[in-house]
Amino acid sequence: MSVEATARQPQPLFMSGNEAVAWGARLARPHVIAAYPITPQTVVIERLAEWVAEGTLDTEFLHVESEHSALSACMGASALGARTFTATSSQGLLYMAECLQYASGGRFPIVMMNANRALALPWNIYGDQQDSLAVLSSGWIQVYIEDAQEALDMTIQGFAIAEHAEVLTPVMLNLDGFVLTHTYEPVDVPAQADVDAFLPPFRTPSKMSLESPTSMGFTAGPAHYTEFKVQQHRAILRAERVASEVDQEFGRRFGRSYGGAVVPYRCEGADVVLVTLGSVSGMVRETVDALRTRGVAAGMLKLRLMRPFPEREIVQALSTARSVGVLEKDVSFGHQGAVFSEVSSALAGSAARPALLNFVAGLGGRDISRNDVEQMFDQLQVATVRPPGERVRFANVQENGNG
Amino acid sequence: MIEVRWHGRGGQGAFTAARLLGAAALCDRKFALAFPSFGPERRGAPILAFTRIDGRRIVDRSALRSCDFAVVLDDTLMGPHAADGIRQGGALLVNSTRPPVEWASLGVRVLTVDAGAVARAVLGRAIVNTGMIGALVAASAVVSLDAGLRAVQSEMRPALAEKNEEVLRRCHDLMKEHLVG
Repeated sequence: MSVEATARQPQPLFMSGNEAVAWGARLARPHVIAAYPITPQTVVIERLAEWVAEGTLDTEFLHVESEHSALSACMGASALGARTFTATSSQGLLYMAECLQYASGGRFPIVMMNANRALALPWNIYGDQQDSLAVLSSGWIQVYIEDAQEALDMTIQGFAIAEHAEVLTPVMLNLDGFVLTHTYEPVDVPAQADVDAFLPPFRTPSKMSLESPTSMGFTAGPAHYTEFKVQQHRAILRAERVASEVDQEFGRRFGRSYGGAVVPYRCEGADVVLVTLGSVSGMVRETVDALRTRGVAAGMLKLRLMRPFPEREIVQALSTARSVGVLEKDVSFGHQGAVFSEVSSALAGSAARPALLNFVAGLGGRDISRNDVEQMFDQLQVATVRPPGERVRFANVQENGNG
Repeated sequence: MIEVRWHGRGGQGAFTAARLLGAAALCDRKFALAFPSFGPERRGAPILAFTRIDGRRIVDRSALRSCDFAVVLDDTLMGPHAADGIRQGGALLVNSTRPPVEWASLGVRVLTVDAGAVARAVLGRAIVNTGMIGALVAASAVVSLDAGLRAVQSEMRPALAEKNEEVLRRCHDLMKEHLVG
């Protein structure tokens, strides 16, 4: 949604990020939903199950015994050409790990919501992005969502992208646990007829069928395996263009669009730019505005897609920056934040060589305040004139000397 | 931007109050954000909930550091914690049979209303969340009374909505009388 307040006509509903995802899924008319409840995703499943029970949603809802079974069931349904939805979080996503690769390799266009949540140990039900970034290479398109309206709209768009004939790749929609999944905000719910016109029924090109039997889910040895993987890689790369086209078409029909794989904010001529993912972006944008009024040439680059990775757009958006920070809620232990590695790698091929800092924050649900973000920009300003030293910086750490 | 912090115990409907107030702001054509103190819920344990209201879209999801109004559903939760961070010109509203002077030491403006008595009379049980919305509306005009009533109407089950509108209206009137008197 654009930053400018749009006219409030008709009055939106007041709902949480989870409820917005459930509405998006409902409007997409999935044939099959198979899911296992887990905090903080539970409300998505509850709402969908309630609608099925009361008869307002005509879907086969499979109550399975685990996340591994949930995604397995989704693959089975998808192989029959069913539009298929699921949702998970954290440990549940990892429990699916084997099936994630199976689903993307099988080219099943499943749409899955993931409520971003910390990983054990220590056990923690609060939000961070360690879960989805740990499965970055699983072959799924990864979208990071900023607010509840985008959550609803991207659940619908997600099917259009996943099922596109040039893509046929599953989509993972990531919502920050609690700060997005459990926060209530105004959401416009599109009319079913308009969604039906935007998202026609899924027609799979390879249906498991008794009428025209075909081999699916098969073995491929060294003679053929690579060719499957190359096709899979090319398909997910095409998703970047397709996602952008789908978003533009959505914008034409519904008056809301979200930009492409990246959304630069005041990056033109910016000295210091903070790269963000997900729901923290709104507050960072306001911080950028405040800094600009104080004469600091600040900018923000929001990444909406982590896979496919929008390398070209990132290089372009950061071409004038003298220092770039990456704010993320995860760390690849023994190295740095996963997003920082990706952004650094993209910039290695660019003419501009900004100073790079990695801000790891919000782990296990720790609040990220405006003051924290202002301090990150302060550090980025220092980095424009002095070599930064330690580049991976944890925000708000209480050091007790025990290492 | 107006920020309201709700204090209650698990099961008393503090988050529902935060959500209803946000829905009421939408009825007034404003923008709102409502969220609970995140985490597991236990019946009876102290919880917080928050509502932000503004004339433009709200994008800051970080925790509240201060607030314009704090509303306490259960006076056993009163103390420095409830008064913490209330901004100049704000107030601390409490459901209580006791007079505000008992909390004079907190150093903030305290307003009390016996929403429990109203809720028991109308609902047959002491669920005071909608009553305290009424009291807040009377004390602050953060949303209009009409918007508060419409939010209850649209967000609650019909069987509950009518009686809760009554509780909201009565507590609103009690607080108005108190402020005028």
